[in-house]
Amino acid sequence: MKQINLEEYKHIWVYAEKDPNGKIVGVTKELLCAAKRLQEKLGEEEKVVAVLLTGTGDISEMTKELAANGADRIVVVQHELLEGYSTELYSKAMCNLIELKKPSMLLIGATTRGRDFAPRVSYRVYTGLTADCTELDINDQGLLSAIRPTFGGTLMANILCKKSRPQMCTVRPKVLKKPEPDYSRQAEVDVVPMELDASLVKSKILEFLPFKIETGMSIEEAEIIIAGGRGLKCSDNFKMLEDLARELGGAVGASRAAVDAGWRDHHDQVGQTGKTVGPKLYVACGISGAIQHLAGMSSSEVIVAINKDPDAPIFQVADYGIVGDACEIIPALTEEIKNLKIATGAAS
Amino acid sequence: MKIVVCIKQVPDTADIKWTENNTMMREGVESIMNPFDEYGVETAIRLKESMGGEAHITVMTMGPPQAKDALKKALAMGCDSAMLISDKKFAAADTWATSKTVSQAIKDKISDFDLIICGQFAIDGDTGQVGPSVAEALEIPQVTYCKELAYNKDNNTIIATKAIESGIIKRELQLPGLVCMLKCDYSPRMPNIKGVMRANKTDIPAYGMADLNLELDEVGLKGSPTFVAKSYRQPPRTQGELINQGDTKANVNLLIEKLRDKKVILQ
Ligand SMILES: Cc1cc2nc3c(=O)[nH]c(=O)nc-3n(C[C@H](O)[C@H](O)[C@H](O)COP(=O)(O)OP(=O)(O)OC[C@H]3O[C@@H](n4cnc5c(N)ncnc54)[C@H](O)[C@@H]3O)c2cc1C
Ligand SMILES: Nc1ncnc2c1ncn2[C@@H]1O[C@H](COP(=O)(O)O)[C@@H](O)[C@H]1O
Repeated sequence: MKQINLEEYKHIWVYAEKDPNGKIVGVTKELLCAAKRLQEKLGEEEKVVAVLLTGTGDISEMTKELAANGADRIVVVQHELLEGYSTELYSKAMCNLIELKKPSMLLIGATTRGRDFAPRVSYRVYTGLTADCTELDINDQGLLSAIRPTFGGTLMANILCKKSRPQMCTVRPKVLKKPEPDYSRQAEVDVVPMELDASLVKSKILEFLPFKIETGMSIEEAEIIIAGGRGLKCSDNFKMLEDLARELGGAVGASRAAVDAGWRDHHDQVGQTGKTVGPKLYVACGISGAIQHLAGMSSSEVIVAINKDPDAPIFQVADYGIVGDACEIIPALTEEIKNLKIATGAAS
Repeated sequence: MKIVVCIKQVPDTADIKWTENNTMMREGVESIMNPFDEYGVETAIRLKESMGGEAHITVMTMGPPQAKDALKKALAMGCDSAMLISDKKFAAADTWATSKTVSQAIKDKISDFDLIICGQFAIDGDTGQVGPSVAEALEIPQVTYCKELAYNKDNNTIIATKAIESGIIKRELQLPGLVCMLKCDYSPRMPNIKGVMRANKTDIPAYGMADLNLELDEVGLKGSPTFVAKSYRQPPRTQGELINQGDTKANVNLLIEKLRDKKVILQ
């Protein structure tokens, strides 16, 4: 590894990711809030810096949002070639900025985009990147201690990047605390001119097909997930789960067995070869609780299991369990919740 | 077309055992081909079939000598040749050093490749970083989170179907390029007897430090910028309570009450 002067590297950078409507995504705000906590441990001279790569349009809404959520400074690269995301130019622009400004840390949301370009950046600058962290801390030597689950969530690891900079990590959305935005906060905006070469881009989008989401929410963003497995017996029975999810403002997930049977799409699959989720409430209906399924949902705050087999392993991780037929219990649950909403005047 | 599939042999996470001090037992754990890499192998074979067999698939891995077993399985499934990258000096590599070694081996031994296929994640480390890092090292473009590939011979590109949070994207990728595969809508094939016999007859060359253009300070533990300060078992969740009030309505009502107390519904 090449020797660098660690003293030259300062400040905590957070990559500012936008959604397709130009809104700053949730995980960026969570990271700004986390960066503030790291700053408290490191001292005021370490600034929280948001890094915004964007097209040439108006950025005032975005900078306001970034400042409100904790950025002291915003480094901006505006270029027409950064209007839409490309792996090549976003990693190139980030590498250029790192070389120019020498940040001490760079925190990136572990979204499909963050995980697409972060490894290219860390490889290029020869620094350490810790994937999909669930907790960040500062150790007794002032280093970033990135904490992450491995082996399907069974083993936790604290990872340091001792001799290279920036100390990089991607962080799982929705696990860190959300900030309370303060719109009176101001941040200094540092616009960095940059030349970028269109010929670097070697892939292009041909088509985009948005997912049709029955309940209006994906399992990544939902705070409540009602998941079904082979025990539901057919795709029609998932309508019951959708009804309950809609009533509670949640989304419907599935086990691999339900996906392989063709009852649900793979984008709803929870587990080792699907998605990792950590909602406030996870209701597993007709799911046995295989280790590969648990890998994707055991960090949920509260787990409810409904299964007709009292020995199903899912009960070993559930906070509340009901032994019985999911196709009878779920509609009853939906019905009672509807009644309660009417009784409390919350129904629309 | 020359296709390279990068695979990793991983401990079967369903078979993990713990010692009394909550450290992971490494011995006696079943090894398997990383499930995402099985989709990578399957996708490569499908691509070759779609081209009427006009492709050559090399499967490669960096790992200990026993990782040959995973290569053999890939050969038995239908890959044409294999190579093992193995050296004690490569041990304890993080994703940076792994990517350096894997990319250098591809550069030195299969220089004129068209397409590299990786898995999106390896289920032991779960980082998803080796694919994009190898692409960066080789200065080629990439598409991650792929579920399906097709070859467009008119302009020599790959059409990659990719899943992101909000939907499905079809991307055109210029070659040479790299893709990372998710779980696909098709299953990896099981090797048949003919395949297994062919795999057993195929010679698998092994290359180490001396055969590759690598420096000692960029491989293995020495070349790894990350450092594992501590690892520990995540305390397993404990069993909660069974709700058993006799009839469904009573059960449901008690469950709702509990969930409201926990402030997770109807706030
Ligand atoms: C490499 C690998 C990766 C994998 N990745 C994943 C993954 O990402 N996600 C995943 O989920 N799995 C994954 N699996 C599969 C996993 O091992 C299990 O096979 C799968 O999770 C089982 O799904 P299930 O619980 O729906 O079905 P089953 O195990 O068949 O369980 C069905 C359950 O429903 C109950 N039941 C039946 N009827 C009713 C009823 N009327 N009411 C209530 N309960 C009822 C039964 O008692 C049973 O417990 C993976 C496996 C491998 C080998
Ligand atoms: N040691 C290795 N040898 C070859 N390919 C690897 C190795 N480690 C990881 N890969 C490839 O990189 C992908 C992602 O792995 P990871 O970044 O470790 O999650 C895997 O699915 C493999 O395709």
